[in-house]
Parts: sequence; structure tokens; C-alpha cells
Amino acid sequence: MSTTSTPLKDTGVGKKAAGPVEWLDDRIGLAGLVRKNIRKVFPDHWSFLLGEIALWSFVVLLLTGTFLTFWFQPSMAEVPYDGSYDPLRGLEMSQAYASTLNISFDIRGGLLVRQIHHWAAALFMAAIIAHMLRVFFTGAYRKPRELNWLIGIGLFAIGLIEGFAGYSLPDDLLSGTGLRFVDGLIRSIPVVGTYIEFFVFGGEFPGELIIARLYMAHIFLLPGLLLGLIAAHMVLLVYHKHTQWPGPGRTEKNVVGYPMLPVYAAKAGGFFFVVFGFTTLMAATLQINPIWAYGPYNPSEVTAGSQPDWYMGWVEGAVRIMPNWEFTIGPQTISLNVFIPAVLLMGILFTVLAIWPFFESWVTGDKKEHHLLQRPRNAPTRTAFGVAGMTFYGVCWIAGGNDIIALKFNLDIFTITWMARVLVFVGPVIAFIVTRRICISLQRKDNDAILHGYETGIIVRSAEGSYAEAHAPLPPEKAFALTARPRVPELTAPVSEDENGVANPDGRKARLRAWAKRFFYAHDVDKPTRFEVEDAAHHFHDDVYPPHDFPDDFSGVSETGVPKQH
Amino acid sequence: MSSESHDEQPRDAAHPTHDEIVAREGHDVEPAEPIDNPGLPEHLPRPTDVDPKLEKRAERQVAGMFTAAIVLAVGFCVAYFTVPKDAEIFGWFSLNLALGLTLGGALFLIGIGAIQWAKKLMADHEVIEMRHPARSSDEDREAALEAVDAGVDESGFGRRPLIRNSLIGAVAFLGLPAIVMLRDLGPLPGDKPFNTVWRKGMRVVNDVSGEPLSPGDIEVGQLVNAQPSVFFETDSHGHAVFHGTELLQAKAKASVIVVRIRPDDITPRKGQSNWDVDGIMVYSKICTHVGCPISLWEQQTHHLLCPCHQTTYDLADGGKVIFGPGHRPLPQLPLAVDEDGYLIATSDFREPVGPSFPEVHQNRD
Ligand code: HEM
Ligand code: FES
Repeated sequence: MSTTSTPLKDTGVGKKAAGPVEWLDDRIGLAGLVRKNIRKVFPDHWSFLLGEIALWSFVVLLLTGTFLTFWFQPSMAEVPYDGSYDPLRGLEMSQAYASTLNISFDIRGGLLVRQIHHWAAALFMAAIIAHMLRVFFTGAYRKPRELNWLIGIGLFAIGLIEGFAGYSLPDDLLSGTGLRFVDGLIRSIPVVGTYIEFFVFGGEFPGELIIARLYMAHIFLLPGLLLGLIAAHMVLLVYHKHTQWPGPGRTEKNVVGYPMLPVYAAKAGGFFFVVFGFTTLMAATLQINPIWAYGPYNPSEVTAGSQPDWYMGWVEGAVRIMPNWEFTIGPQTISLNVFIPAVLLMGILFTVLAIWPFFESWVTGDKKEHHLLQRPRNAPTRTAFGVAGMTFYGVCWIAGGNDIIALKFNLDIFTITWMARVLVFVGPVIAFIVTRRICISLQRKDNDAILHGYETGIIVRSAEGSYAEAHAPLPPEKAFALTARPRVPELTAPVSEDENGVANPDGRKARLRAWAKRFFYAHDVDKPTRFEVEDAAHHFHDDVYPPHDFPDDFSGVSETGVPKQH
Repeated sequence: MSSESHDEQPRDAAHPTHDEIVAREGHDVEPAEPIDNPGLPEHLPRPTDVDPKLEKRAERQVAGMFTAAIVLAVGFCVAYFTVPKDAEIFGWFSLNLALGLTLGGALFLIGIGAIQWAKKLMADHEVIEMRHPARSSDEDREAALEAVDAGVDESGFGRRPLIRNSLIGAVAFLGLPAIVMLRDLGPLPGDKPFNTVWRKGMRVVNDVSGEPLSPGDIEVGQLVNAQPSVFFETDSHGHAVFHGTELLQAKAKASVIVVRIRPDDITPRKGQSNWDVDGIMVYSKICTHVGCPISLWEQQTHHLLCPCHQTTYDLADGGKVIFGPGHRPLPQLPLAVDEDGYLIATSDFREPVGPSFPEVHQNRD
């Protein structure tokens, strides 16, 4: 209804800005850039917001972190506290801890910003992981986006370390306990552990340097890396253009959505304020990391139920359920009880994540570009792997709170630990099998809906007096969307020898690959053929309860049972 | 590359038919797609597109949110200067609540307003943009290779292996100074992980009061947190012998617990049978897993449980690990009573305390 507005160059502002803009364009060719990008198309879907949450919470972290640096003092020198928090006044503590108390109690808004910073950090990691799962389960990492997947894994890994470094800075009892954990973890590295420990801490734990070193990493090195990787992530996103869900009008060759200016800019820009506002409201009302309640770090004290930030919880759990294996070979002791769950496991997680896209494309032999996303059900084996991985992670994470569970549910802690030890292996296998079954059933259900329509919820009585539920054909857009997925490839057995009886030189590898491909695809339910669809449509009209019995304006009952209106 | 709103586009160009897609994308995989791509659905106007009243209302809503954000921002400033720092409300800091609610509310409203504007009032035509393959064209590849070749050729990089190899060597060797420079990150461990401040004759004192402990102070089943007396001593100038970081480093190894168990219940480790005083034993407080101070004591079972990862030690059985991820038994401190009747160590720990490390079983006495 809006009338078109005057072109920018004819408005008052436009006339004033013309000079400077021209000056800029003369020098950097602005118009070319703007013309190319300002109406760039971004497809819309709620799951595409997850990455955006990660991006915006990072910006919130930059803003609030900068504010904190104005007062935070990364020093482990011991000083008597003389700030306004009574219970700790007069106590010896590190300057880091004293200055964090100062930020919390004597700088107006300091506590708010500290809490926004910490909530945003928790949200950042949650959004990164949720975003990564979205990308995984929809196959968005396939060619040409494998590099962006790797960058994402890098962001995930660095984010974990960044969060841990920040958590350690205030030098309260909890963060010191966390550092003690890292100390033990470093010591468990075979052969060189003790040396690395002394190099990292600048001497014996805790030493007097670690906070300053972590501070440098936390506010310069790691954010710098994150910033660089995020920039690369965005550049590649723009170059590849966003993936989209299949649907009417959408193909592998186009992208359908809203232009950068105005809709996407308004939505994404607005979303930044929503994320910032949301974390601020959380910081206003929900306490996080009340360091004054823990007291300064003291290596001879610990609080029961001490927990790391949530994103480190799974490592904590793995460490808890690991059997106490430690071996001494000659002069060397190897503490597998710490090394495996703390060091190796994280390495394995990131390695598996990093090679997955390449592994999958090796298995499937699929070297094509993909811009249409897959529904999780349409890649049952991948989805099952993903859920198995999540189950492993989940069991570890839960095990990280075994003492709290024991207390809350009045269970024996040893029983819980043993259950977790078993579940960590059995759980993923069960999850794999169940998930794949569910995916396959869902594929069948989709095919059913394509061929036989969906259940309308209307019971019809036939001339013979029997009752049945009437089916109505899916709207064509919906039916198309359901079929818009790649066909299951033909699975051929590899030839072990050619027709002359000469053994295939790549026999072993080829067989392995064929086996993997079969494992990946064998149970998938393919979509119907064109013939089947046409045949079924034909039958629809000869059915006992033909849908043309419905009134003209009837467009069916939706899948949730709600009658649709035109 | 250009993007047009689909309404202005003739249908067919933007929405190729099924056959065209097959032809263009080389979907040689038979059989054909079961259902043709029906093309982008018709654009339906929103209520705000057709009803000026609704349009006006949406406009007022959005502007209302932005205006409320202004009010909240001003409210933030008022709260900043008026709410006292130590005031509390609902057991929570009033200032934090006031600042957070006003600032958070303002940010939130700006965000919601912008999104609402985009959803209800901005043009909502979907736009189609064509993709291009990620790879560069064959000509570009060709030209790029030629350019690189020309550059390499002009440099003589390929023809002068002596220069090339010595340059590669020189740059690689620069890695050495870079690594060597890190040497002073910390001292070498030496014997430090093997020793604590405990010495023969050093008293075991209460960790809070610093009072020495005599056997009579400790009942059967009791656990007392203790420290070496040196942490409470001052030198001739009246300065604490250990303070600041050094104190923390020393405490991280020397903290102990004192327990008393009925002597009949005790099965000491080999060679440690006379390390207790009437069933009073002193153990390291530092978990051999990753170094948490251990504190949870079950007096009936003589079990000591680490709160961090639940390694459980049996203190009646030489500090043996009976559950959990820790491996080495808890080191015991050999104990005696001095002439004043107070508990003293008869030496340092005889084995390293705290988390294991590669050299932990080497003998450094
Ligand atoms: C991905 C990015 C980041 C994450 C995950 C993160 C996480 C954290 C966490 C969990 C804390 C502990 C807060 C607490 O006391 O409860 C912290 C503290 C801190 N962060 Fe960050 N941070 C990030 C980026 C930054 C940046 C970019 C800066 C500065 C430019 C910064 C500056 C600080 C400072 C000064 C502290 C200590 C002050 C305090 O604890 O109150 N952070 N960070
Ligand atoms: S530190 Fe004691 S169990 Fe891990």
C-alpha cells in the first residue's frame, strides 16, 4: 500500500551526502560492491538463525569484554582486599580476584556486564554447537562447503579454549580448581608432561604467571583468531550463497529468499539487538558465577559439587567415568586415566568432526555440488551417526554431574558411574539403530503421503456399510517438496576380477568402499518413480471414497488434523 | 547474477520446467523426477498489504516499540545515578536489576521492532538469484596457471636449485630461534615435583588456627585438616616465611589431613607400619588424580572421597584407591610425637604427592 518514495539522490540527505559518497567511490569503487551485494538473496528458515545467534553473541562478548578490561587486573600478586564486599574484607587474595570483586561491587553496571559476558559465553557455545548440528543433519557441509565446515570446527575448538581461559581469569576458588584440573591434564601427557607443566605455569602450579598468560590469550590471541575465522566463514558464505530447503521454485541452481536490503538487514540487524537484549535481561535477573561466594583460590580448599561451565561438562564426565589405568614402563609413567578422557578424547572428537565430510563423500562417491538441504530422515545413516555421537556426548555430560545426580535422586554414586561406563558404549549403538529405523519409517510415511495422499481425519461410510478414513492428495507444492531429494544410488558389488580373470588391483579398497557405501545406503527408502506417482494419481480417482466427493472449497484437513480454509 | 523479483520475471525463465532442469543440471540419473517443480507459489498479500487500517496499526506498533526503547534508555541513566550500589530487592542487587531490565528492555524492543517492521511492512516478495558453480572457469584456470608459470620462470626458481634450496633452508632454520626463545617460559622441573616443605621434626598444625596438634586432640573417626607449621612461622623480621604465590605453591603440595582409626582396623602398606601414632595417620590432602584437595570423609568405612571425580581412598588400607579414576594410593606422611607431645613429621613424604607425571615413579631420594 505504500507509495514509492523519492529516489535517494533527490532527497535532502541524498543531496548533502552526494559529495562525500562520490569522493569515496572515486577512490574505492563503492558502487560496484554495493550493486553486487546489497540485494543479495538470503533464504529464510528458523534453523538458519542458530549461526546468527553465535555471531551476535560473539559481538556481545567483544563489547562487554572490552568494558571489563577497563578494570580487570590480570595479576596474581597477593593483596589485602579493601573493597566494599564485607565478608571478604581484609583477606589476602590475588589482584585478579580483587579486581573482579571490584567490578562486581564498586563499578556501577560492572556486575551486569560481567554477567552479560558470562551468559553470552554460554550462549555462544550453545549456539555454535546447535548450528553445527543443524549443518550436520541437513548435509549442508557437502561440496562446495567443506572448508566452511572446517572453519566451523576451528571456531568450536577455539571457542572452548577461549571460554575456559575466561572462566579462569577471576582466580576464584572454582576457576583455580579448573586450573588445577588443567595442571593434572598437562602432567598426564606422556614423556614431556612435567616440562610442559613448568613451561605453561612458569614454574610449579599455580605460579604467578598463568593468569597474565591466559589473559593475553583470552583478550588478544584467541579473539583475534576467532575474528579472523568468523570473517572467513562469512566471506565463504557469501561466495557460496546460502543453502536452501527444497521446495517449489527452488533448484540446485538458484537461491530463493529475501534481499539483503531491506528485509534481511532488518531481520538480522534486529536479531542482534534481540540477542543482546536477551543476554542483558538474563544478566539482570539470573545470577551466574557469583565469584564472591566462592572465595579466593586456595589449593587446599574445594567446594563440593564444583562444576565447570556447561560446555566443558562432557570432558569432566569422561574423566569421571574413566577406569584408573596408569602404567609404568621403565622410568616412564603414563597416566591413561587422565590422558585418554581429557586430551585424547577431545582430539578424537575434533578429528572425527573434521574428516566427516571427506569420509562421507568417499563413501558415497558423491562429488557433485549440493545447495539443497537434506531432511535428516533422507540420510538415515548419517543422521544415525549424528545421534549416536550426541548420545555419547550426552552420556559423558550427564556423568559429569554424577555427584549431583546421586545427591538429588539419592542414588549410589558408584552405581551411576558404572551405568555411565556401560551406557557410553551401549547408548550410541542403540541410538544408531533406533534412529536409522525411525528415519526409514519416516521415509516410508513420506512416500505413502506422496502416493496415497494424507489422512483427512474424515470417516466415510461406503455403500456396503464399511467405514474408512478418506485420504486426500497432497497439495502439489508439498508433494514436490517431499520428492525433491536425490535418488538412492544403485549399489553394485565391486568386481574382484575382470572378465579375463585378472584380479582387480584396487580389489581390497574397492570392496571396502563398496561395503561402506552399502552400509550407508542399503536401508534407504527411495522416492517413488514418475510412473508410480502417475499410476497412484490415476487410482485416486477410481477409489471407493473419491476425494472429488468433498465440497469445492475443501482443501483437506492439515496433517495435524485442523481443517484448512481457503 | 542479477536478482529480480519474480513477479517481474516471466515465469519460465526463473522456474525452469522439469525437463529443463534435467537438461541443465545433467540429471542423467534415470528414472526422471517423479513430480515436476511447480515453480514459486503465487505471492499472497498480507493483511497489512490490503488493509490500510492494519497497516497503520503495525506502523504504530513498531514506532511504539522504538519509542519505549528511548524511554528505557533514559530510565537506565536515571537508575545509574539514583539506585544505591548496595541496595537489595528480592535478595538480589537492585542496581543490577534496574540497569539490566532497562538496558535489556531497550535492546530487545529495538530488535523486535526492526523484525516486526520487516515482517509486516517491508516488501515481502521472494527474490530469485541464480547460483554459479564455486569453481573458476577453465579459461581462468588456464590463465592463472600461465601467469604463475611466467612468474616462476622469470624468478628462475626452478632453474636455480642452489638459491631455492638455501632459501628454503634459511627460512626453516629461523624456526630454531623461535623455539629456543620459548625456553625461559619456565624453569625445568628438576626435583621440585618430588619434594614438599615437610621436614623431620616439623609440627602438624591445624590449618586454620595454626595450633599444633597433640594425639589427645584427635578422636577415633575424626578428620582434621592440617598444614606444616612452617606456614604459620615468621622470620627474624617478623615476615611470614611463606607468603603470596610461594605459599600457594607450597600448600598445593604440603596440605594434609589427620585421621584417627582404631589401630586394629589398620593394614599399613609395606614398610609403613610404624608411620602412625596410636592409629593417628597423616595423609596428603592432594588427590593423586588431578590434584583436588580431598575432603569427604566417611568415618565408619574409613573411606575418603574426592569431591572432584570421586576417587575413593581407603585410609585404613594404606590410602589404597578403591574406586574412581585416580590410580596411585594417597601418600602417607611418617608421623611421631615430639618431646612436647605434639605430632611431628619424621621426614618429607617418601613419594611424590599430587597428580601423576611421567617421572613419578623414578627414585629421586
Ligand atoms: C568467544 C569469546 C569469549 C568467551 C567465550 C569469553 C568467556 C569468558 C568467561 C566465561 C569469563 C568469566 C566471566 C566471569 O567472571 O564470570 C570471561 C572473563 C573475562 N573476559 Fe571474556 N570471553 C570472550 C571474549 C572476550 C573478549 C573479546 C574480551 C576483551 C576484549 C574479554 C574480556 C574478558 C575479561 C577482561 C574477563 C575477566 C573479567 C571478569 O571475569 O569479570 N572476553 N570471559
Ligand atoms: S581430582 Fe580427585 S578424583 Fe579427580
